[in-house]
Amino acid sequence: MSLFHFLRRGGSAPIARERLQILLAHERTASSQPDLLAVLREEILAVIGRHVSFEPEKVQIKVSRDKSTSTLAVDIEIPNGGRTFDAAHPHSRLTFSPRNVSRTDQWVV
Amino acid sequence: MLVVTSGKGGVGKTTSTAALGAALAHGGQKVVVIDFDIGLRNLDLVMGAERRVVFDLINVINGVAKLSQALLRDRRLENLYLLAASQTRDKDALTEEGVANVVEELRPKFDWVICDSPAGIERGATLAMRHADVAIIVTNPEVSSVRDSDRIIGLLDSKTAKAERGECVEKKILITRYHSPRTARGEMLPIDDVLEILSCPLLGIIPESQEVMRASNVGSPVTLNNALSAPARAYFDAARRLKGEHIPMYVPSESRGFLNALFGRRAA
Repeated sequence: MSLFHFLRRGGSAPIARERLQILLAHERTASSQPDLLAVLREEILAVIGRHVSFEPEKVQIKVSRDKSTSTLAVDIEIPNGGRTFDAAHPHSRLTFSPRNVSRTDQWVV
Repeated sequence: MLVVTSGKGGVGKTTSTAALGAALAHGGQKVVVIDFDIGLRNLDLVMGAERRVVFDLINVINGVAKLSQALLRDRRLENLYLLAASQTRDKDALTEEGVANVVEELRPKFDWVICDSPAGIERGATLAMRHADVAIIVTNPEVSSVRDSDRIIGLLDSKTAKAERGECVEKKILITRYHSPRTARGEMLPIDDVLEILSCPLLGIIPESQEVMRASNVGSPVTLNNALSAPARAYFDAARRLKGEHIPMYVPSESRGFLNALFGRRAA
């Protein structure tokens, strides 16, 4: 240990610099992401939930990234017979016809 | 309105708050230093006012005391004031609204309102930086301190009142515990590397020195206890830079003779 230390004498600061640069480049991009996704998820679901009923566990949110663009995909599975109502007339409930919702609808934001 | 912050503990926030506050007050400015480290207050101790604290920041926020009752005037400098933290365990007592009220009341009365942030990135730290116009990020030339400073810079750019208004808190790095012989030997991160990694301008370089502990032992800011010592001179220069003066950056190893040799030998 002390011999190893002796051999490296005069050189540990550049290692510190390199480690920090790599770590911080990673942390700077990572730190803003979890917050953003959580906020987006909550707000998107709140908006959609006002109009369509769905099961929260059947929602998938994915972020994919290539060189020039990022895509945020929100998959919400709406069961057959899912209901919606007009926000302006909360008592006039409408039922989705199977034609509209027999498949999994996908929003790409 | 200035916040002294760092993320990491033990890097010298409280020492720097006391030293810069005293240096600014010594130069004729009216200064108040506020301890935001609720539950673990120490600024009063470093300033030598621990036995005079009757009311604290939380008392003012709760309306138990008026601001004028809680402000302690320094015994050495008549335009230096202290607002102590409380010893209560209840950190929730520090409310956003309460802090805003205290800050707004102090701002017009003082040239400098200096907040000593607690370590970490929790409530106390975010509230201390909340209303800052300028932030001093105290950093040791060492990996964990630099990493935590980077986190704090991220918070300053997103969670402060200025950031939310789309403005920018002015950020300045204060390097403390700098040891030039070790940097020369490649054992300690050079200043330029730290500044490049954090991409912020430098406010000053405070050399590692026994004077810092000697001053805190007797309860006096290092700038008052021994104004000619190396760290005190570095703090005085930093304080003048804060006021907008252009002082050439002082690298401790170059311009100090026997004191430097003394420090170098002791720690080698």
